[in-house]
Amino acid sequence: MTDIARPPSRHARRFGNFALQLGLVVVVGGIAYAAVVNAARNLAQAHIASGFGFWNNTAGFDISQTLIDYSASTSSFGRAFWVGLLNTLLVGAIGIVLATALGFIVGIARLSHNWLVARLAGGYVELIRNVPLLLQLLFWYNAVLKSLPELRDSVAVPGGGFLNNRGLFLPRPEFAPGFDDVVIALLFGVTATIVLRLWARRRQARTGAPVRILWLALGLVIVLPLVVFALAGMPLSFSFPDMGRFNVMGGLEILPEFAALLLALTVYTAAFIAEVVRAGVLAVPHGQTEAAQALGLRPHTTLRFVVVPQAMRVIVPPLTSQYLNLIKNSSLAVAIGYPDLVQVFTGSVLNITGQAVEVVAITMAVYLFISLVTSLLMNLYGRSVAIVER
Amino acid sequence: MLKGLIMKRVATAIAIAILLAFGAQGAFSQTLKAVKDRGELVCGANGTLAGFGMPDPQGNWVGFDVEFCRAIAAAIFNDPTEVKFVPLTAANRFTTLQSGEIDVLSRNTTWTMSRDTQLGVDFAAVNFYDGQGFMVRKSLKVNSALELNDAAVCVQQGTTTELNLADYFRSNHMSLKTVTFATADEAVKAYDTSRCDSYTTDSSGLYGERLRLTNPGDHIVLPEIISKEPLSPAVRQGDDAWEDIVRWTHYAMVNAEELGVNKNNVDDMLKSDAPDIRRLLGVEGQFGESLGLTNDWAYRIIKAVGNYGESFEHNVGQGSPLKIARGLNALWTKGGLQYGLPVR
Repeated sequence: MTDIARPPSRHARRFGNFALQLGLVVVVGGIAYAAVVNAARNLAQAHIASGFGFWNNTAGFDISQTLIDYSASTSSFGRAFWVGLLNTLLVGAIGIVLATALGFIVGIARLSHNWLVARLAGGYVELIRNVPLLLQLLFWYNAVLKSLPELRDSVAVPGGGFLNNRGLFLPRPEFAPGFDDVVIALLFGVTATIVLRLWARRRQARTGAPVRILWLALGLVIVLPLVVFALAGMPLSFSFPDMGRFNVMGGLEILPEFAALLLALTVYTAAFIAEVVRAGVLAVPHGQTEAAQALGLRPHTTLRFVVVPQAMRVIVPPLTSQYLNLIKNSSLAVAIGYPDLVQVFTGSVLNITGQAVEVVAITMAVYLFISLVTSLLMNLYGRSVAIVER
Repeated sequence: MLKGLIMKRVATAIAIAILLAFGAQGAFSQTLKAVKDRGELVCGANGTLAGFGMPDPQGNWVGFDVEFCRAIAAAIFNDPTEVKFVPLTAANRFTTLQSGEIDVLSRNTTWTMSRDTQLGVDFAAVNFYDGQGFMVRKSLKVNSALELNDAAVCVQQGTTTELNLADYFRSNHMSLKTVTFATADEAVKAYDTSRCDSYTTDSSGLYGERLRLTNPGDHIVLPEIISKEPLSPAVRQGDDAWEDIVRWTHYAMVNAEELGVNKNNVDDMLKSDAPDIRRLLGVEGQFGESLGLTNDWAYRIIKAVGNYGESFEHNVGQGSPLKIARGLNALWTKGGLQYGLPVR
């Protein structure tokens, strides 16, 4: 009778689970290892160069926008990689900021009681969401380029700049050594303002008396750095763009490709963010709005202090996805010649070295890393606005 | 029972792993056999370069490089239309060849040492000696490439052009702004809209692309040739038999021109007494069979496509809108570099 099959004891189950998971790890690891070995062997058999030695070889090609020093004759492929990466991060960072701003405005506008505003916002969202990004990018690029004047007919920008179809050329600020003090003063001013605001809020919560810090904050952030600037002897000069025979030389150059990519990414992602924001706002129970109105708060105040803070916890996860999409979509820069990571690395470097496997693997790893960091930061922020369960 | 199911899954996973680890690499040394079995040749071509490789308004592929592929198809199948053309950009041409999607790359590709040694491809024979040049608008009043200091130049990425451009400007102590594009189409369009002052590519390509601009007469090609660009069809490394076929197709066409054999008289030439002609056309000798083809392989090529001179003239020479002079591509007996290796 005691030979009837008994269910496995807890220890046996745990051991079984562990053995199973170990086995799975070994199999997956084995597949990955085998794939790598197979690829390496096939590359060697086809006499295709492999390995990462190409990183230090001279690049030999030029890049049209470089945020760090780069020269075709002396810089390596590794340096070209960093140039491309910085270009991607630049357009990604600015794009995220602008898209969020525009997306929030459009999303809340769509919920407006004003019929025209709501319909316009709705039309914008429906139109932009349903046209492929590549087409929009090409549209902006051709629209931006075709509408700008040619070099001979450059528009003079007040302050000593030029605008033409080669780009927007602005005076480039040249910082003398004394400028570090101004930066320190500015940082001090900003930090002091934040501390001041926290203290003012605590004081208000404790005593109920409102504390006005606006003028003090302005003084700390604007006046203090200006005073330091004057005291340091105005360590700032500008190098002005100069109209040469073929081109504008000198000054700060903003490429039309950069502008077109930024516009396309911002407009496209803002449409999706608008819907995310709208969903978040609609997710806040209507009772909250009614209670706020019963208390006599005006619509703008209700939105700012009651609805949106509660909507944020619903908005943050899909917003993270949209940010990641924006960063990955910036790789469409290949279509218009903006030198982002994909264009420089998997375009020029891959074709000059011929090492497709290594180059693409590095690019994928970099995008993965950027995306993971972005979602990590967004999750940290999300945790700070999440509901605190008691 | 659950354990059995898991065991089966694990066994399948291990089997897949073994397959991946020991999977036989595609037998690239059997290209000729694969082409014959398939019944058509797959040829990587340009797709947008006038005179070299592009579909005409009716959709038939024409051009100098295209005709070379048709010559290979004629040698194998006795039918120059048994070819499928795959349009490729400079960015993906080598990876497409490496992966086996195409049999031969005939796409105005420069033969360089790094490509020969590092990409796992071999070049068959130089069928067009070219060099890199610049095209500018006449209105800029520039007569020499040395006057292009600080100019913006449009270029296609992944080409020797990109590298030569940087070298040329550096060695002449001029500065430049490069605007790179993934395809030649975009680069030419950007040049047309004045996004850049000059467009640079192989000189033969300049003449071809000029025809596609809105006002071809407004543009001139500057006289400087700043690099050597020996254009050659490419095949995968490791398949010597296939490489021989591609190489000797070219030399058959050059030899035919040297010997005065052309499309119109090739049938009469079969009755010739000249030993060179008899060996070339397969009347004597087993040269075709040594390639894995029939002995009339060269006869098929010339009958279908013509000799080197005919192909040159009507695709890119005086019989075409490009009107490129023979120059370096003339026969060695006429002062050029095209030298037919002997068929014997």
